[in-house]
Amino acid sequence: MTQPDYNLDQHQIIVPPGEIALETKDVNVFYGKKQATFDTSLAFPRFKISALIGASGSGKSTFLRCLNRMNDGVATVTGAIMYRDVNINQKKLNVYVLRKNIGMVFQHPNPFAKTIRENIQFALKKHGVKDQTVLDQRVEQSLRAAALWDEVKDKLDTSALELSGGQAQRLCIARSIAMQPDILLLDEPASALDPISTAKIEETLLELKQKYTIIIVTHNMQQAARVSDYTAFFHLGHVMEYKKTADIFTRPQVKATEDYISGNFG
Amino acid sequence: MKINAKKINKLAIGTIWALVSVVVLILIFLLGYILVTGLSDISWKFLTSTSSSISAGGGIRDQLFNSVYLLVLTIIISLPISLGAGIYLAEYAKDNWITTLIKTAIEVLSSLPSIVVGLFGYLILVIKFQLDYSILSGAIALTIFNLPLLTRSVEDSIEEVPKLQREAGLSLGLSKSKTIVGVVLPLAIPGIITGVILSSGRIFGEAAALIYTAGQSAPIVSYTDWNPFSPSSFLNPMRPAETLAVHIWKLNTEGIVPDAHIVSSGASAVLIIVILIFNLSSRFFGNWAYRKMTGTTRKKRG
Repeated sequence: MTQPDYNLDQHQIIVPPGEIALETKDVNVFYGKKQATFDTSLAFPRFKISALIGASGSGKSTFLRCLNRMNDGVATVTGAIMYRDVNINQKKLNVYVLRKNIGMVFQHPNPFAKTIRENIQFALKKHGVKDQTVLDQRVEQSLRAAALWDEVKDKLDTSALELSGGQAQRLCIARSIAMQPDILLLDEPASALDPISTAKIEETLLELKQKYTIIIVTHNMQQAARVSDYTAFFHLGHVMEYKKTADIFTRPQVKATEDYISGNFG
Repeated sequence: MKINAKKINKLAIGTIWALVSVVVLILIFLLGYILVTGLSDISWKFLTSTSSSISAGGGIRDQLFNSVYLLVLTIIISLPISLGAGIYLAEYAKDNWITTLIKTAIEVLSSLPSIVVGLFGYLILVIKFQLDYSILSGAIALTIFNLPLLTRSVEDSIEEVPKLQREAGLSLGLSKSKTIVGVVLPLAIPGIITGVILSSGRIFGEAAALIYTAGQSAPIVSYTDWNPFSPSSFLNPMRPAETLAVHIWKLNTEGIVPDAHIVSSGASAVLIIVILIFNLSSRFFGNWAYRKMTGTTRKKRG
C-alpha cells in the first residue's frame, strides 16, 4: 500500500495540564546528513504514561533515545530537552547522573550474564552503594515493583540468562527501577514477547506510573490505547498529533493519524 | 537439456567430502607418523634426564622446562599488551584511516616469517640491548610473534559480546569503561582464554624465532634454586635456554650424538602431544570460564 502524501506541517500538539516531567523543544536528530526527526516539541506529564506510536522508521525510537542521551556518539541531536529546569541536551552535562534519573528498557530483554541478584546490585555498587542491607532491600523492592519477586525470590543467585523472555524483560525493568529513577523510557518493551508476558508487562506499567513518569515507544496501537494517558503519533520524523490517548483513538483530527490508527498504512 | 539438481548436489557434496578427507588424512598421517615413531622412545627417564651432546641416552628435561618457562613468560608479557590493544580496537577505535593503519600493521606483523622475527630479535635484543642469548630475549621475540594473533582474538572475543549488553550498562548510568570492565569483559573472557591457549600451542612449537634469541644451549641449572637472580637458578631469565623445538631442529641439523634420531623423534612426539593437549583443552577451558562467569552453560550461537 502506498502512503498518501500528508501535509507534514499540519499537526495538532497539545501541552498536557499539570506538572511536566520532561519537555523537548525543537529536537532534530541527524544521522550524518540524513535528518531523522524534525522539530519535535513535546511535553510529558509527570506520573503519566505517554506513548509514542508510528510506523517503523517514523523516528519514535530515535527520539526516545535522545531523552537519556543514548544517541551520544551515534547521532547528532539539536534543540533543547528540559528536565528539572536544565537543558540536558548539552555537552557539559553529566550523562551518567542523568541516566540514573532517566532509566531505559530496551526492545530485546538484555539482562547481564550474572545472577538475578547481581543484575540489580551491579550498577548500584558501581554507583557507590555499599551497604548490604540497602542493596538487599533494593533487590526486593524493585523485583516486587516489576511483579517478578514471587517468581524468582527462591532463585536470586541463579543466572538471569535462565529466565524466560518475559521474566527477563521484567528483570530489566526492575534493574532500572532499582536506580530509583524519575522517568522510565521503554523502547517497544513487549514487542519480542508473547501475549501473556505482554499483558504482565502492561499491568506492571500501570502500577509503576504511580511513582514514575513513563514514556513508551510501541507499534502496537492496542497497547498504546490500553496503557497510556497521552499518545504522540510520529510520521516520517514529524509529530502529527499529540493529545489524550482517548481523544487520539476516538477522534483523530489529523488525516495521517486517522489513516494510521484505522490501519490504512504502517 | 534439463540438469538434474539432485545429481549435481550429490557431486558437490562428494567433492567437498573428498577435499575435507585430504586435509584430515594429511593430519592423521603426520600425527600418526610422529607418534608411532616417537612414542616408543618416551620414558620417564627420557623426560627427566638432561640432554647429552656427545654420548647416547640423553633426555629432554631442561628443554621441556625451558619451553614451558618461555611460554609462561611470553604470555605474561604479551597478554596485557594484547588486552589493551584488543579493547582499544574493539571499543574505542574510531572507524578512520588511523584504525585501518593499525589493523593493517597487525596483519603484516602476523604474517612476518618467524625467522625474520628471530633475526630481528638477535640484532636488537641480543646485540643492541645486550640481553645476550637469554630466556628474556626469546620471550620478547615470541611476544612480537604472538601479539598480532592474541590481539586479534581479544578483539574478536570482545566484539562478539552483544551490543545490547553495552546499552544495558550505559542506560544504568555506568561509564563506558565501567561497562567494559564489568559487563563486556566477563563475557569475552572465555573467548580470550581459548585464544591464549591456542596461541600457546603455536609458541610452544616455535623454533625459528628462538634459535638466535633464546639460544641453542641448555646449561645445567639447579631446580632447587628459586632465586631468579642467581645465575644457576632454573628461574633466571637471563640464561640461555634451548627449547624443545630448537632441540629437535638442532639434533637434525648438527646432532653428533649417536642416538640423535631416537632423541629427536621422542622429543617430537612430546611436542606434538603437548600441543594437542593445548588445542583440545582450549574449548574445555573456554566453556568452563563461561560457566564461571555467567553461571550458565554456553548456548550454541546462531
